[in-house]
Amino acid sequence: MRNLFVRESGNYKTSYSDDMKLFGTTGAKVKALLIVLIVLTLPLVASNYWIGLFTLCAIASVGAIGLNILTGLTGQISIGVGAFLGVGGYTSAILTSTYGLSFWIALPIAGIVTALIGGLFGIPSLRLNGLYLAIATLAAQVIILFVISRWDSLTGGTAGMVLNRPTIGEFSLSSNTGYYYLCAIILLLTILYATNLLRTRTGRAFLAVRDRDIAAQIMGINLFKYKVMAFAISSFFVGIAGALLAHYTMIVSPELYNFHVSIEYLAMILIGGLGSIFGSILGAFFITLLPVSLSSMIDVLAAFAPDLYQLLSAFKDFVFGAVIILFLIFEPGGLAHIWINMKKYFRLWPFSY
Amino acid sequence: MTFFLQMLVTGVVVGSIYGLVALGFVLIYRASGALNLANGEFVIIGPYICLILMTAYKIPFFYALIITLVFSAVLGLVVERLVIRPIQNAPVVSVIMATIGLSSLLGGAVHMIWGHQTRTFPPVFPQTPINIAGVIITPVYLWSFIVVVFLLVIFSLFFKFSKMGIAMRAVADDRQAALSMGMSVKYVYAATWMIAAVVAAVGGVLLGNINGLSPTMSAIGLTVLPVVILGGLDSVLGAIIGGFIIGILQNLAGGYLDPLVGGGLKDVVPFVIVLLILMLKPHGLFGSRRIERV
Repeated sequence: MRNLFVRESGNYKTSYSDDMKLFGTTGAKVKALLIVLIVLTLPLVASNYWIGLFTLCAIASVGAIGLNILTGLTGQISIGVGAFLGVGGYTSAILTSTYGLSFWIALPIAGIVTALIGGLFGIPSLRLNGLYLAIATLAAQVIILFVISRWDSLTGGTAGMVLNRPTIGEFSLSSNTGYYYLCAIILLLTILYATNLLRTRTGRAFLAVRDRDIAAQIMGINLFKYKVMAFAISSFFVGIAGALLAHYTMIVSPELYNFHVSIEYLAMILIGGLGSIFGSILGAFFITLLPVSLSSMIDVLAAFAPDLYQLLSAFKDFVFGAVIILFLIFEPGGLAHIWINMKKYFRLWPFSY
Repeated sequence: MTFFLQMLVTGVVVGSIYGLVALGFVLIYRASGALNLANGEFVIIGPYICLILMTAYKIPFFYALIITLVFSAVLGLVVERLVIRPIQNAPVVSVIMATIGLSSLLGGAVHMIWGHQTRTFPPVFPQTPINIAGVIITPVYLWSFIVVVFLLVIFSLFFKFSKMGIAMRAVADDRQAALSMGMSVKYVYAATWMIAAVVAAVGGVLLGNINGLSPTMSAIGLTVLPVVILGGLDSVLGAIIGGFIIGILQNLAGGYLDPLVGGGLKDVVPFVIVLLILMLKPHGLFGSRRIERV
């Protein structure tokens, strides 16, 4: 057996199937296995509080990967993610609480309904790009949230709805650990799907559309089909994330899905790295944990200045904005790019090149 | 009929302020092709400065306004220099995100410095409403209308005749050509951001006089987006006329349809209009069409 720590030192692939392998070396396989093992054994070592945070991170990662498929891979800007999360959450809430369906049926339906609505709002993308599309998605956000908060008979209006945690047979996933496993498994499946999507005709078409949509059209890519498809696939994952989030917090209400949420998701993929799946996950963890770490920082500082608590939310906004700007200026490639640079450095390590 | 007229007049005056704030968007879009989503924060920082100068330092309104405008110009310059210029050549999503980040940062700063309570301006304009044929107009509204019309004329002349205005148009049209003709594009960008920040501050002071001042007022930055889309992102005239149209439609919809759906239509109607416009006429009423090339 070869040494596990041996990394590829160059590109020696001789066939297409070699090139397309998901795990090129034994090392890559072992690494993937290790990551899965760490994810699954985490609850044994981490406290309940941290498991809850990791669950939120995993849910955000699913949504961020979804958004990255749209914005990073296909180049279509969407600042209406918050509303699509809401559509997913509300669909699941209505199906489980009002109609008494099982969570396991409601979850995929939530994804599909969000995908349909996302595809519908994706239709303008055929004629619009860049700024105009961004504003169209913002309009989608405002309109969807208005419908949600006014359709009292279906959604409970501004008061929102209450949900339950899912059950498997007799066993309820009401503990943080149980729900963590559910979210972690869905995240792993999402990663697998997104990685594979990149290697298919569809994924390559997305990249072509991102780089120059008119050129892609001339090369025979059906713009309408692929743009709407990108919106639908992306919204599917955002919807799933919304449903998972709704069942985690066990409540849905319109203000949980406002413009700020959309911005947070955009920040995740920008700070993580546009078009990178690993980056989406890093970004999701970063943005989800940022307010938590700020709060604990304030907790420490509050010993000296008790007024600080009133400033907390404003301070979070301030730091959030500063972080976004600093990343855009100094590391536009995002966290994923930092990670790649680190790997490059260690690959050649005692030598500089 | 009086109700209709009242709605119409309210729409016109609200629309005039929309037009003013939209002007800030359009100026920046014309010069640098960026959409400044932090415009809402530009709108509220100005009046806060003005208010502090007037209440804490007892400076008369006119001088306070001048100082505010100078401060806003500096703010615009600093923002352009520190945030926008480094990412000038980045993709659209990065520029949008940078301005969103900026809005979060400035909004957070405003919150931290001035708190979240609503403050009222000391009365600057006469308070007694004017009654014209049963329609009631507050002088503030009238003033904001006059200011907007005045600014519209000024800017039209500015873009047509002044050297700076022509340079701005040239840079907006083709940056590289402008560069090769020896124009300082950096200088033009900086000037654009300064002017946009000043216009936003004027709008903010007027708005602060009408509604009082609170950090939530920055939401106007988003409310005004439909206006610029309707008028066309790169048209000054479009911003003003779009402002009037959106203001009127919003108030009519609010007045007549709100009872049917239970309120809140005012915030949604503009965005419905946006979707329709984007579907039917993506470049707005007065926007210039761009030919797409591979």
